Amino acid sequence: MSSAILEGGAGMADGTPRRGVEQLSMQQALNRALDEVLAGNPKSLVFGEDCGRLGGVFRITDGLQAKYGPGRVFDTPLAESGILGMSVGLAMAGFHPIPEVQFDGFAYPAINQIVCQIARMNYRSRGTMPMPITLRVPSFGGIRAPEHHGESLEALFAHVPGLKVVSPSNPHEAYHLLKYAATRPDPVIFMEPKSRYWQKGEVDFDSADPSGSPAGGPPTGAKVMREGRHLTLVAWGAMVARCLQVAELAAEDGIDVEVLDLRWLKPIDEAALAASVRKTRRAVVVHEAPRTSGLGAEVAQLITQSCFDTLKAPVERITGFDVPYPSGDLEDEYIPNIDRILFGIQRVLEYRRG
Amino acid sequence: MDSTPSAGNDAGQLPEPLSGLLSGQPAGPLTAGQLRELYSLMVAVRHLDTSAIAWQRQGLIPGYAPELGQEAAQVGSGYAVDTARDFVFPTYREMGVARAMGVDMVAYMSTHKATWHGGLYDPLESRLAPIQAVVAGSVLHAVGWAHGQTLDQTDGVAMAYFGDGASSQGDVHEAMNFAAVMRAPVVFFVQNNGWAISVPTERQVAGGSVAARAAGYGIPALRIDGNDVVAVVDATRRAFAHARAGHGPVLIEAMTYRRGPHSTSDDPGRYRSLNEERDDAGEDPLERFRKTLLADGVADEAFFAEALAAAKAEEEHIRAGIQALGSRPGTEMFDLVFQETTPALQAQAANWREESEHV
Repeated sequence: MSSAILEGGAGMADGTPRRGVEQLSMQQALNRALDEVLAGNPKSLVFGEDCGRLGGVFRITDGLQAKYGPGRVFDTPLAESGILGMSVGLAMAGFHPIPEVQFDGFAYPAINQIVCQIARMNYRSRGTMPMPITLRVPSFGGIRAPEHHGESLEALFAHVPGLKVVSPSNPHEAYHLLKYAATRPDPVIFMEPKSRYWQKGEVDFDSADPSGSPAGGPPTGAKVMREGRHLTLVAWGAMVARCLQVAELAAEDGIDVEVLDLRWLKPIDEAALAASVRKTRRAVVVHEAPRTSGLGAEVAQLITQSCFDTLKAPVERITGFDVPYPSGDLEDEYIPNIDRILFGIQRVLEYRRG
Repeated sequence: MDSTPSAGNDAGQLPEPLSGLLSGQPAGPLTAGQLRELYSLMVAVRHLDTSAIAWQRQGLIPGYAPELGQEAAQVGSGYAVDTARDFVFPTYREMGVARAMGVDMVAYMSTHKATWHGGLYDPLESRLAPIQAVVAGSVLHAVGWAHGQTLDQTDGVAMAYFGDGASSQGDVHEAMNFAAVMRAPVVFFVQNNGWAISVPTERQVAGGSVAARAAGYGIPALRIDGNDVVAVVDATRRAFAHARAGHGPVLIEAMTYRRGPHSTSDDPGRYRSLNEERDDAGEDPLERFRKTLLADGVADEAFFAEALAAAKAEEEHIRAGIQALGSRPGTEMFDLVFQETTPALQAQAANWREESEHV
């Protein structure tokens, strides 16, 4: 693991030493976050299929069992409902479970425990049995994986009362969002874009501004990843990097695109969404999930409600299609690509009333 | 019903384990005072259960899941729980367990009043998880809680209740496998009451016995006469001792019979006749215990009369409590979803307040 510490020395206000900025892959950043969560909270537990000795099929939990022991980091039998159902009982017993389902499609066998139990136990028990569970789900497509190894479940999870949903877009976000999510008292579905696991980026460990807002604070809302004047691209997870690429290409044509990383898919940062679109007056939502009843519809409605008077065009959606997630050969046709996003931008910019 | 093991419940007195080795010595025999206490609990549960059906017919509560005939299985197992260190995971039909554990019964019954899902009792204080409507939903929770005790090095034991119908759910398999692999201190307490709504055990449990399945997981299992309260107490205590000593999970299959409907919305006449019901149910567990106590000179008619009078007084107190229960404030609908609420939820709550005030 490269550790080019660019700055260090002075301590942080809360007593933790400054650790500076490092170039890390998202896999390394997530591993670091889990390491620090386990170190900071003796009641936190990391478990799932192959999370222990192997370190996870994506190596997100690499080395953690050796460091924290098989009581804190462990392999479970291969049964997703069991993993999530056990998490409920552990949370009832005062633990802070950080379970993993190995691939997004394997969250389906655990839906009963996630929806009927994890999401409702705080409500059912009148707040006496919180469910501080952070479910890590390697998510979305882009790696030519077999069937059920690439799904976009965000709308499904976001629709369930009692769950919160977040997805990081780069190593810095991955580190800060996971550290934050895994210390919350409510259940969080943490959707890791598996196609970005091996992309490197700067992680500023000491960032006083993980919130992305001038006021600072915890990373609870959306974040403007690129300022722009003509149009807002709204995205999350792996699509943020693609939208940043698109923005660079559009800039060559004189189109100044703002890219808003939604980060939290529940709750959605409505204020940040409104602020960006009221500035640019045009919006395109980009997601990998199928279109019908997807989260893009929710985002578009929130924009319409808050920005109707200023919108220059209807909100456009560039999404996956209403088809089962296709095999690797057709994956590039399914996932919104640069051309499709550019066409969407063009349609919004050229929109004329009546 | 002649081929089903639920009929007649001929499991007899406490047998050797069906499989595995059940370690842990049972506590000493029950004292006369404890036997009388068990009877009083059974009478209280019988009276409250019967009354709850009447309350539903009278419109006091919208629905109820009766447990007529399961008093011995419920009271006996609940009586063995140490509420200082153990934790119980019920279904929606464990009123007798709750009563035996000393749970606030108005708060328990509030779920049947439709006041709040899961009931109004404090699950942490009472050591009884919220009432669970998803069949087999909480069996895995017991395993997780129990594994937490192992990690914390306490000697607490989790007891998960489920029925013959629930044993068809995959979560029961996953729970038994997880518990066995992790040697989690769990007692799986199966009340085989012969029916999963309208479907009899022989159409529900292949092989005819839930307990027999435990062998496949390397879990010791007991199949007991669930209508014999003393046998139930003894088996549950042995199972708790085994799990508490670090030997892993135990399964108890208590053979009993659901004499009434599945719920107050159910009509058992569509799937069994009164004659079948009478023949298959066997002797009433309450009447049976009463005869034993009388024959053994542990209790007399005066005691039985006193126990019934106490049960009636208790039922009236609970009825009054239920009647006095108002609706919960609507704000709780929003406030109890999360520990940390969301702006969207706050906005919806504010909108609800504004619009409901103007109606």
